[in-house]
Amino acid sequence: MDTAANILGRACGYGGLYVFGRREYHSNIKGLHSYFHLRISSRETLANINDVDLLAAFDAETAVRHMQEVVSEGGIIVDSQQMNMKVLDIPTLPPEFKDELIKFMNEKNLGETLKDFLDYAKQKNVHVFPVPYMELLNQIGEKLGIEKISKITRMINVLTIGVSFALFKYDRSLVEKAVRATFPEKIAAMNIMALNHAYDYAEENFKDNSKHRLEKTDVHEERIFLTGNQAVAMGKVLGGCRVQTYYPITPAADESEYLEAHEILKTSGEDEAIIVIQTEDEIAAINSASGAALAGARAATSTSGPGFSLMVEGLSWAGNDEVPVVITYYQRGAPATGLPTRHGQADLRFVMHAGHGEFPRIILSSGDIKECFYDAAKVFNLAEKYQMPVIHLLDKAMANCSQTYPVFDYGKFRIERGAILTEKELEGQEYRRFRFTETGLSPRVVLGTKNGVHWYTGDEHNEIGHISEEPFNRRLMVEKRMKKLELVEKEVPIEEKLNFFGDKDAENVVVSWGSPKGAIIEALNMLKEEGFSLGFMQVRMIHPLPTDHVKKALEGKKRIIDIEDNYSGQLGGIIKEKTGIAPNFHILKYTGRPMTTTEVYDALKAILTDKAPERQVLMFGS
Amino acid sequence: MDLKPSDFRVADVFADWCPGCGDFGIMNALHMAFAELGLEPHQIVIVSGIGCSGKEPHNVKAYGVHTLHGRTLPFALGIKVANPNLEVLAIGGDGDGLGIGAGHFVNAGRRNLDMTYIIHNNGVYGLTKGQASPTLQRDMKTKALQKPNINEAVNPIGLAVISGYTFVARSYAYDVRHLKEIIKQGIQHKGLAFIDCLQPCPTYNDINTKDWYAGEDRKDPTTGKPQSRLYKLEETGFDPNVRDWSEDFQKKVAAMDKAREWGDRIPIGVFYKNELEPTLQDRLSKRIPFYLSNPPAKQELSDENGFSKVNLTEFIEDLKTS
Repeated sequence: MDTAANILGRACGYGGLYVFGRREYHSNIKGLHSYFHLRISSRETLANINDVDLLAAFDAETAVRHMQEVVSEGGIIVDSQQMNMKVLDIPTLPPEFKDELIKFMNEKNLGETLKDFLDYAKQKNVHVFPVPYMELLNQIGEKLGIEKISKITRMINVLTIGVSFALFKYDRSLVEKAVRATFPEKIAAMNIMALNHAYDYAEENFKDNSKHRLEKTDVHEERIFLTGNQAVAMGKVLGGCRVQTYYPITPAADESEYLEAHEILKTSGEDEAIIVIQTEDEIAAINSASGAALAGARAATSTSGPGFSLMVEGLSWAGNDEVPVVITYYQRGAPATGLPTRHGQADLRFVMHAGHGEFPRIILSSGDIKECFYDAAKVFNLAEKYQMPVIHLLDKAMANCSQTYPVFDYGKFRIERGAILTEKELEGQEYRRFRFTETGLSPRVVLGTKNGVHWYTGDEHNEIGHISEEPFNRRLMVEKRMKKLELVEKEVPIEEKLNFFGDKDAENVVVSWGSPKGAIIEALNMLKEEGFSLGFMQVRMIHPLPTDHVKKALEGKKRIIDIEDNYSGQLGGIIKEKTGIAPNFHILKYTGRPMTTTEVYDALKAILTDKAPERQVLMFGS
Repeated sequence: MDLKPSDFRVADVFADWCPGCGDFGIMNALHMAFAELGLEPHQIVIVSGIGCSGKEPHNVKAYGVHTLHGRTLPFALGIKVANPNLEVLAIGGDGDGLGIGAGHFVNAGRRNLDMTYIIHNNGVYGLTKGQASPTLQRDMKTKALQKPNINEAVNPIGLAVISGYTFVARSYAYDVRHLKEIIKQGIQHKGLAFIDCLQPCPTYNDINTKDWYAGEDRKDPTTGKPQSRLYKLEETGFDPNVRDWSEDFQKKVAAMDKAREWGDRIPIGVFYKNELEPTLQDRLSKRIPFYLSNPPAKQELSDENGFSKVNLTEFIEDLKTS
C-alpha cells in the first residue's frame, strides 16, 4: 500500500498535480482491509473529501465497503474473478460489520454476490470495470519467464495503478517515471511491463466508459511528496537533532527508521551524523534522550500514547533538572491499545498534566505536514533556550498522510542554543548549574566541560545540584523553574503560537488544533463562496497557552465552534479554563478516522444555518 | 595534573549514610581509582539511580547525574553515545539494577557500551527501611522483614555473563584496596564492565554483616582466628581472560560455575573478561567512520551566523515529484 501510494503521488506530481493521501490500515501484518484514500487536483489539496470518483479494489471487501462512496459517473475497478463471491462469505469481515451489511442488503433488497452489489451501484450510474487480475498476472509472468505466480502477485498494485490511470487517460510515461523512481532498476523494469500491460488492457476494454480525466499541467517549481513522519525526520535533522531514541510503536516508528536510513548527514562543513538508538522500552528511550541532552547533543525521542505513558516519570525528571529534551508524540486511537493504527486527538490533557509535580514544559502542536517540518526543527530551539522538555504533539493522520508541497525553503532556519558556557568562560568562576537568576534561566554547561563540574539529581536541589530539602531553597527553586514559562510567553512570537485563517472579524469562529486544520480551511473556503463568513483560530502552542491573544480572538463572538478528534473537546475545555470563554458548539470525531472536508463543511453549515445541535459527532470513513 | 584521592572529595556535602555503611568504602575506592588512573573530575560522569547508592555521585567530585529508580543505565547510555570521550560510570543498588531496572541490566549487555557499572549489593532496600532486594537469598529473614524472604535470589554475576557483559567481577566494599583495583580494571576494560560490589547494610541486613563476611562465626579451631567467607579468585589461579573466541564458551561456563558459590566460600575478583567483542562505539564507528572524532555532542550544527549547516538535498531528492 505504501509503494502504491508513493507511485500514485509521484506520477501525479510529475504531471504538475497536487495530491493529498491518507493511509488506513489494521493492526496486523497483512490480510485485513487497508486502503489509500487520495485526492488529486491541479490546486493544492489539504484534506480528503467523501466523494470517490474511482475506487480501485483488489478484493471484494474493498468494493463492498467503499461502494457507496463512489459518485454518479464514477467507477469501480474490481477483480472479475471475484464477481460471484458471496459477500457474507468474505472471511475478513468482522461480525459487527456483517450485521450492518445484512441490514443494508435487506433494505435495498440486494442479492448475496459481489455482482449483485455492483449491479446496485450501476443503477446509481456508477461504472464497473472488471479486471481479470490473475489472468493478467499470468500473462505478465509468461512474458517475464516467471512461473511461480506468488513471485509476481505483488504487482497487483501496479496493475491497479495502470488501469486507474488508463481510465483517466493520464500520460503513461509519467507513471512509468514514477515506477522507475520507486523501485530498484530490475524490479522497476518488471513493474513497468506490468504497468503497460494494464494500460493496454484498460485502453482496449474500457474505451470511453470513464468521464474523468487527469490532465498534466506545467509546473515551474520543484515539489515534493512526503508523509508527516518524513517531514518530522527532516525537520529534526535541520533542527540539529543528533541523538534519537525510540522503541517500536505505531505510528511513530517510521520516523526513526527513516532517520536511521539517513544517519550520515551532509553539511556545509564536516560530515555529521544522527545516532538512532532502539532502546529496550520507552522508559529507556526518554531517559537515554535526556542523558544525551545533558551531554550536549540535541536529543529527541519519538513515540505514541502507550509509549509516552511509560515515559512520564522521565518527563518529570527532565522538568526538574531543566533538561532540553524533545518528545515527538504521535497520538493514535486510545485509551489502552485502543485503535493502534488509527487516528485520534485525545491525549492533549494527558501531555499537559503528565508527570508528578509541577514543572514547566512546552507543548507545540502542528496542523499539517509542512508545519511538522518546521516545528520539528524549532522545538529544539525552544527546548534549549528555555531548558525544559518540549512535546511536539502530532497525530496519526499527519504521520501517515502524504501531501504535495513546493520544496521547503529551509535555508533561513537558525539554530538557537541558548546560553551554554565554555571551558574558557568558566575559568576562575565557581559554576552553579541552577544559579538563581531573574528570569529563572541559568546558563548550561554540558557534561565533560573543564571547570564546570556540577551535579544533577531528581531530588530537589540547591544551586550546585546537590540534594536540598531546605524550605527556603525549595521555594526559590520551584519558582525558578516555573518562571521560565513566563519567558516563553513573552519571547516566543505569537505567529508561532497561533494561526488565524478566514475572516478575523466574523461573528463566528472555529477553534481547533492538529490535523483537522486542512479540512477546516477547505470547508471555510467553500462556505465563504456561499457567503458565510467565518474565522479559524488554530492553536499551535497549547502550553503555555497565549491566553490573552486567545481571549481577544474569542471575545464577543456569536458562535465559537470547537473542532477536535476526541470525545470531550479537550482544547475547548482548556480554552474555557484559561480564558473563561467556552465554545458553544462542538464538532467531534472519535472513530479513529480523520475528518474530511465534506464532513466539516456539512457540520459547519448546519451550525451556521441553525440546524445543528451543540454537539455533532462525525462518522465518515471505514 | 597529578591528583590525589582527596581531590575527588566533595567538601560541602555531608555524606548521610549510616555509620559503617559500605557506601563509604565504595566512595573511597572511587576517589582512589580516579586518582591512580590520572583522570580529572570533568572527564568523568557518574550516573546513579535511587537509594542510598544513588547518593554516591554527590560525594565524588566529578560530573554527577543522580537519576530515577532503575534508570541508571539508560541515562548512561545516552550520555556515552552522545559523547563517547567521557569516562562514564553507572552506579546503582541491587534493587535498582536487578529489580526495577532488570530489563535495562540485560539489554545493556547486548550493546557492550564501553563503560563501568557498579551494583551496591547488600540484599536489602535500605532507604525504604529494609525490604528484601532481589539478591537476598530465599528464606532469609533480615531484621525488617515481616516474613522470611519468599523469593529466590537473582545471581548478578551469572546474569551479567549471559547478558553479554564483557567484564564481570565482584568485590567487597570493606576491602577498599581490592575494590579500587577492580574499579580500575573495569574502567580500563574495553567494553561494558560489571562490578558486583558486596556490602553489609549495618542497619537492615543483620545476616550478611561485616562479621558474617569476615567469618567471625567460624573461627579456626586451632588458631582461634576467624575464617573469612570471601576469597580472591586471582589467588586461586582462576583465569577469566578470553584470548580467543574458541575459549569463550568454556570461560563463560567457568564463570557461571564460580558464580554459584555462596555461603561459606564466596569468590571475589574477575570472573570473566573478553575484549574481543566490539563495543557499541566500535559498531557505530563501522557505520559512521567519524563517530568518535565528531560525536553528536560535539557537532557544530550552525555556521557563524547561526544558520543550520545541514544540507537536506539528499532527502529532498528522494521526495521530489518534479
